[in-house]
Amino acid sequence: MLNKHAILEKHGWLLSVAILVTVSIGGIVEIAPLFYLESTIEKVEGMRPYSPLELAGRNVYVREGCYLCHSQQIRPLRDEVERYGHYSLAAESMYDHPFQWGSKRTGPDLARVGGKYSDAWHVQHLIDPRSVVPESVMPPYGFLVKNTINLDRLELDLKANRAVGVPYTDEMIEKAASDASVQTDPFSADYDAFLARYPKAQIRDFDGNVDAITEMDALIAYLQVLGTMVDFEKYQPEENYR
Amino acid sequence: MMYETLSQFAQTFGLVLFVVAFALVLIYALNPRNKKSFDEAKRIPLEEEDI
Amino acid sequence: MSQHMIDRNEGGGEIAVIGALLGVGVLWALTTAARTVDPLMQVHAFIFLAAFVLGGIALGAQVYSGTDANRSDYQFGVVKAGVIATMFWGIAGFLVGVLIASQLAFPNLLYFDNLPWTNFGRLRPLHTSAVIFAFGGNALMATSFYVVQRTSRTRLAGGMWPWFVFWGYQLFIVIAATGYLMGVTQSKEYAEPEWYTDIWLTIVWVSYLLVFLGTIWKRKEPHIYVANWFYLAFIITVAMLHIVNNLAVPVSLTDTKSYSLFSGVQDALTQWWYGHNAVGFFLTAGFLGIMYYFIPKRAERPIYSYRLSIVHFWSLIFIYIWAGPHHLHYTALPEWAQTLGMTFSIMLWMPSWGGMINGLMTLSGAWDKLRTDPVLRMMVVSVAFYGMSTFEGPLMAIRSVNSLSHYTDWTIGHVHSGALGWVGYISFGAVYCLVPWLWNRRGLYSKALVEWHFWISTLGILLYITSMWVSGVMQGLMWRAYNSFGFLEYSFVETVEAMHPYYMIRALGGAMFLTGALIMVYNLWRTARGDVCEKELTPQHTGEDAGVPGGVAAPARMGA
Repeated sequence: MLNKHAILEKHGWLLSVAILVTVSIGGIVEIAPLFYLESTIEKVEGMRPYSPLELAGRNVYVREGCYLCHSQQIRPLRDEVERYGHYSLAAESMYDHPFQWGSKRTGPDLARVGGKYSDAWHVQHLIDPRSVVPESVMPPYGFLVKNTINLDRLELDLKANRAVGVPYTDEMIEKAASDASVQTDPFSADYDAFLARYPKAQIRDFDGNVDAITEMDALIAYLQVLGTMVDFEKYQPEENYR
Repeated sequence: MMYETLSQFAQTFGLVLFVVAFALVLIYALNPRNKKSFDEAKRIPLEEEDI
Repeated sequence: MSQHMIDRNEGGGEIAVIGALLGVGVLWALTTAARTVDPLMQVHAFIFLAAFVLGGIALGAQVYSGTDANRSDYQFGVVKAGVIATMFWGIAGFLVGVLIASQLAFPNLLYFDNLPWTNFGRLRPLHTSAVIFAFGGNALMATSFYVVQRTSRTRLAGGMWPWFVFWGYQLFIVIAATGYLMGVTQSKEYAEPEWYTDIWLTIVWVSYLLVFLGTIWKRKEPHIYVANWFYLAFIITVAMLHIVNNLAVPVSLTDTKSYSLFSGVQDALTQWWYGHNAVGFFLTAGFLGIMYYFIPKRAERPIYSYRLSIVHFWSLIFIYIWAGPHHLHYTALPEWAQTLGMTFSIMLWMPSWGGMINGLMTLSGAWDKLRTDPVLRMMVVSVAFYGMSTFEGPLMAIRSVNSLSHYTDWTIGHVHSGALGWVGYISFGAVYCLVPWLWNRRGLYSKALVEWHFWISTLGILLYITSMWVSGVMQGLMWRAYNSFGFLEYSFVETVEAMHPYYMIRALGGAMFLTGALIMVYNLWRTARGDVCEKELTPQHTGEDAGVPGGVAAPARMGA
């Protein structure tokens, strides 16, 4: 028995297996239970999958690396709750593939930025951040106004999300393209049907340009929904102690 | 699965298992009988030859 | 793979396998380029195509010329290539680092309205991947290929496979880097490349593992030297982390975009299990492998304690894996997981310092060499930085400390004391050793230039980490400051404004580190050419025998 390690030191494959076993334990014990423990994700009301336009905006957020400077995770600390709002719940990112919690706040947390600023402010801020916040170090994103969203591809995005567990229905997938344009048009005939699919979704032209559905529309639609889904009047923290 | 079941296992068998594993590593490393072989091994980089 | 197969591979049979792999690659790239509607995928398919075709031509030339088959001397060609790649990507990565640091200091000057690829969000992953995976990864591949041959007393296994690993890895870097600039990312920090790039890296990485293991299998030495355990742990664990963390469903087989298999809290823990162990195994275990070979070699003394190395190796790899949740303190991650992560992070202090002690104490009885040999000094300072950042890390993993440090520049400073101090310096030290050995020179072109490199970059590192400490702690305190009426004292943007002087100092520190590295490149280039700085001509350089067999000058000669 005392020479066990000597065997490892002399046989490459045994050493490899021993290493693999040793480094697997931590991950199995720590990560696997998160998928099985019922208490991992709180029971809340109001969470729904992103609308196609919001999802497209989220993809712009990911593409531009916004998560590198903005977190989406409010910690239950007095100053954070006062600055940003209710601390973040696990349930609020249950449809986020991948998560966008971030790790650095070069800019402020965005977990509850939805509804805090007007669309016009967002457009101006994204085009020229220092025109509204002179001390800002944020890059400019004016090019989003020119890039239009390829509506026909949205269906594929929803399908892929369904494959990883987001509960998009067949109807949602089928109407992905039209739902994206409905969300930018308050006068469309599909208004109510869209709202039934995506309750409380905000419907308006986000970037002030009614002629095109741009990445600016999508990104602002996403920013305006952040942190607004869960109904905190019905949320019972005591029931979710873990 | 319940949190309690898991934590109970970790705090009993898990703990014993880890302590035993660490003890085995220590016994092997500190066993005087292995000293000669360690001394050989640690000179490997210094005694290189070409092939 | 058995011993038998490896022997046969060395006879040239592996060329057919690599050729077939490249053929499949060409077919895939052609179909994808033809079918895709995603312009970014098209760019990448063409890059893949060009690389596979060039690879095929190189392979053909190899068969035609017939060289390299059945050779039994050391395979140092691929190590040389790795050393060059290390320095090339190092300079590129440091340069992008200085650029993005300057963007935060001077946003009015360095952002452009219609050049999305110059924005911080696109360049930051370019910087992190370039320094970690391109600079660090090439340093690890080059040194591991050197060390495993030397300590096993045998040629690298697999014939042409080491070259496949080398060029395959460079291709991965190019695809990842161009992807970041174009906005192809899955937004998992340090794992940004998309699904097809991940698959390619998996193929390359498994080949790397087999070449490394194959060499160990055919070694002519009863023991597997401790440096090789660290390299092996690094290769195996990174494979595991990479595969699990990158599980995703692509939008279609011809689209760059994919969606992570996991979501929210599970995805967060999987990512930081990966992220922290990218630090633990890529940036620690692998570079400890470098330490365990190059410091004893340069100091001409065996490692301080082989027993300590056994205990600290197994403790380190066992404990590191658990530490990830400290990146998620006070988040929506269940508290039991946070506590587990914190506990193991604090425990991690011990095996980390075991490694530090083993490295530093190797010098016992030879401390005078630090005065005369700047290369050895660089490596020893590197181990000191390792000790410092592995003390700071557990401290920052304590929940109450983390509540202040998290989301601030303190983290950035911590990472850079490890990255510039530990990873950078141990790699520089190893490359300074390797270039004269590989290019068959008696010593470096100029020792004075190594001194310049050492002092300029050390000062740069100090400026970098102290400015980030101050700005991090200050911003953390400002966020939680209350005025006498019980309201938050500062708006967020006031805390951004307060960072400005520190961002300038940080950019300066980074620029100094880059300057040092440029001096190093010059010195190495002159060394490889065979020059010796005239002012530094000593009896040694002009003197007696150059007769070091096999072209590997004994480091003893260069030490003095």
